[in-house]
Amino acid sequence: MSANWDLAVIGAGPAGMSAAMAATRLGLKVGLLDEQPRPGGQIYRNPAQPTPEVLEALGEDYAHGMELIEKFRAADIDYRPGATVWDVMAGGEIAFLRDGRSAEVQARHVLLATGAIERPVPVPGWTLPGVMTVGAAQILLKTGGYVPDQPAVLVGGGPLLYLVAWQYLKAGAQIGAILETVPRSNLWSALPHASGMLSQGRLLAKGRRWLRDLRSARVRRIRGVTDVRIEGEGAAEAVTFQKGGRRQTIQTPLVLLHEGVIPNTHISLALGLEHGWNDIQQWWQPRLDDWGRADKPGFSVAGDGAGIWGAEAAEHLGLLAAHGAAMALGKDGLDQAGVAEARGALKSVAGARAFLDRLYRPARSQRVPAADDTIVCRCEEVTAGQVRQAARMGALGLTQAKAYTRCGMGPCQGRLCAPTVSALIAETRGLDDAEVPAYRPRPPFKPVTLGALAAPAFRAKAG
Amino acid sequence: MFRRLETASPVETVTVTVGGKPVTLPRGETAAAALVAAGEATGRTTPITGAPRGPYCMMGVCFDCLVMIDGAPNRQACMTEIRDGMRIERQVGARRIGG
Amino acid sequence: MLFNGCALAYSPPPRMTDIRDRQADIIVVGGGLVGSAIAYGLTRHASRVMLLDEGDRAFRATRGNFGLVWVQSKGDGAPHYTHWTRNSQERWADFAAELKARTGVDTHHENNGGLTLCLSESEFLDRRSLMERHRRDAGNRGFEYKMLRLQELRELVPEAGDSVYGASFTPYDGTANPLFTLRAVHQGFDKLGGVYRPDHAVASIAHRDGIFRVETRHGTYEAPRVVIAAGNMTPGLARQVGMEIPLNPQRGEILVTERVAPFMRLPTQNMRQTVEGSIIMGDSKEDVGFDTSTDTSVISDIAARAVTAFPILRDVPVVRAWAALRVLSPDGLPIYAASEECPGAFATICHSGVTLAAAHANELGGWLMGADRPEAIAKLGPERFHVS
Repeated sequence: MSANWDLAVIGAGPAGMSAAMAATRLGLKVGLLDEQPRPGGQIYRNPAQPTPEVLEALGEDYAHGMELIEKFRAADIDYRPGATVWDVMAGGEIAFLRDGRSAEVQARHVLLATGAIERPVPVPGWTLPGVMTVGAAQILLKTGGYVPDQPAVLVGGGPLLYLVAWQYLKAGAQIGAILETVPRSNLWSALPHASGMLSQGRLLAKGRRWLRDLRSARVRRIRGVTDVRIEGEGAAEAVTFQKGGRRQTIQTPLVLLHEGVIPNTHISLALGLEHGWNDIQQWWQPRLDDWGRADKPGFSVAGDGAGIWGAEAAEHLGLLAAHGAAMALGKDGLDQAGVAEARGALKSVAGARAFLDRLYRPARSQRVPAADDTIVCRCEEVTAGQVRQAARMGALGLTQAKAYTRCGMGPCQGRLCAPTVSALIAETRGLDDAEVPAYRPRPPFKPVTLGALAAPAFRAKAG
Repeated sequence: MFRRLETASPVETVTVTVGGKPVTLPRGETAAAALVAAGEATGRTTPITGAPRGPYCMMGVCFDCLVMIDGAPNRQACMTEIRDGMRIERQVGARRIGG
Repeated sequence: MLFNGCALAYSPPPRMTDIRDRQADIIVVGGGLVGSAIAYGLTRHASRVMLLDEGDRAFRATRGNFGLVWVQSKGDGAPHYTHWTRNSQERWADFAAELKARTGVDTHHENNGGLTLCLSESEFLDRRSLMERHRRDAGNRGFEYKMLRLQELRELVPEAGDSVYGASFTPYDGTANPLFTLRAVHQGFDKLGGVYRPDHAVASIAHRDGIFRVETRHGTYEAPRVVIAAGNMTPGLARQVGMEIPLNPQRGEILVTERVAPFMRLPTQNMRQTVEGSIIMGDSKEDVGFDTSTDTSVISDIAARAVTAFPILRDVPVVRAWAALRVLSPDGLPIYAASEECPGAFATICHSGVTLAAAHANELGGWLMGADRPEAIAKLGPERFHVS
């Protein structure tokens, strides 16, 4: 089971697949560990049995992903699906779970391509059954062709919200309403960056098509929505909100939330790589050189885990990171043309990103609950009020807030509460968001049974 | 909550039970998909307040879709691929050990 | 072009406070459980007590604490330490009740006795000799214990595995939640008029004209008395005010499982079930200096031992692993020091912050404010290491 690789890639999304393929071309011995049973990551979440009807609903970007997956499968890569990485050590040893057993591989260089997670949307009622993320609903569509059987209400902002609404439309599913929470004033901070967006003709056309189709299908879009609450006895029954000084209610058993995505920094933070605060995207991202290499030798990050750039950019970042790793490992014969092409493409994506990130920067009220009784840590059921109290008592960061309240101590290990808890601490203590230190996850990155940890084979290797 | 898009192409299916009720899904689907396809929004109640919860993120991050699978407690439904005859049941509060 | 251009992260700028907020009767340096319990107790002896704490990333032993209020096996060959431990243990129930009444925070203190498991006959016999030595050393105070073979042990913990030979039991042992205790003590300190300042790591302490000047990044604080209870940072600061505190930091690791319905009725020396249901296990000894990263082979050993003791835990997932530095003196016992060179300066290091919290809160205040040193800690000074 144990292996020695030049490059270990964690994550089989567009960045990871592209990096693994490029590194193989550069002559590295490459292995890839991915938690899912099939490659593609979440963006190209890959069904075991794709049907034409689902592919049709998903559109051409997804078809591109399917091609990428095919190329990846054909490449000479030690690909290990269904592998949940639970520890990455400073010397390049990686411990992972597969089929309930723990195993270890050794790599000379490690590339984290763990993508993004959806930003938590801690509104009252967000823990009720029947409330999911828009991304979660899209995963159901991608993997099994599932669409809501009653009109769902989509709440939030960002391109994915409109994409999924548009995909539902194409699939013939009804949409109750789209409640848009993004502040209108965002437009003014985004406008100076509009030229970057305009240079991305294809992207722009895509977005316009989604909105046009939604309009002609008379999908109800309500803009400038604030104070969203989900109500229901034991499950979601309705979503209520403020609009134009009036409280409104829409009955629905399915509420889909989305306020954009943030880098999945769980492993990069645990490794103690240097991170910086991205004030537009409102989360941390590892500080990297031009080749995706982190401050600690032997570690790189590519794709959305390095800052939200999107799927197209992820492929280019993956290619650059493969080159960065190859150079670090003393390889030459780089693909100069490929590198130049990737850098050119990234430049234009960056322009569009600058516009989109500002346009869809989430409203504060969707990130930081005003009401003290709103749950922020889903696992330990810790409320905003408890975190505020911890901050008043002197908690300057998540470590101490955790000690006072147990927030972040459940099985998700802080992934879903850290952004909210940080923001609450900043708010309560009058600090900037960047002044609250990032949370510091520790192994195991995902729960591992005592039996797997204690397994003799694993202990022999570890000892 | 969810319905499957009709398809003209042949799909290999698997039958599982959700709370004792048989549900048929395409092979390769997850237990969380089986849950929502069965119209079951709730997969567990929390060990703290007993509040009901269901799948939220569908990508292995939130741990809210924990269920009992074939008698084993606290399984992440969204990360578990279904097999024929799989029993998916509600996880009630904290897991028990040793009976 | 930058790979991922991002704004620079920075530390909070210093925030200056009013001069009146910079003076105290006594300053306690270190907001972990040892310093906080001492500061809490000092509010009964001084009107203005200030507690200076580090930022969010301090090497905080409290956070890695196991949460035992533990007597058995403490102080073999050092009966004065056993007595000090038992002083605290006997005060713990009242201490917990007082904190609860004052702050509403439940420390989850329980005192149902505790076990130390033995995996072989020779371990069992060694253990019995140790318990017998404790009984002898206890003199009039008495020391009750029972040695249980597997059969009897299973009456208390039916889940004990076949590889367990037996266990020692004493009724003195118990548990408390270290995090809630810390929170309760901080909140209680605040309610009693104490001044808590987080993000005030102390850079240096100077002594002039009977006043200690304590430097932090947010400015200087002054008091005629200072107590250094800064865990592994203690020796460096204590040296500045004339005290040599020998220290031998050790890393301890702790694993925490997901919540499980209650099954462990009694804690063992390295495993307990919390009120919330998590099983906490740990107690590894490693000598790695100031490195709080976790180590996979140690984690694996802890897991193996847990599964041997309780095979039914095999399928229970670990959700957290936690490393913290144990604050240990060369003989493993606490040190309570008073400076001769700079009267009014005190220092302590102590790794049993939970067990000793009740004693720290109740028995040290008078001494720190000028009274005689309590007899109970007379042999716990740093002089014991200064062998000429």
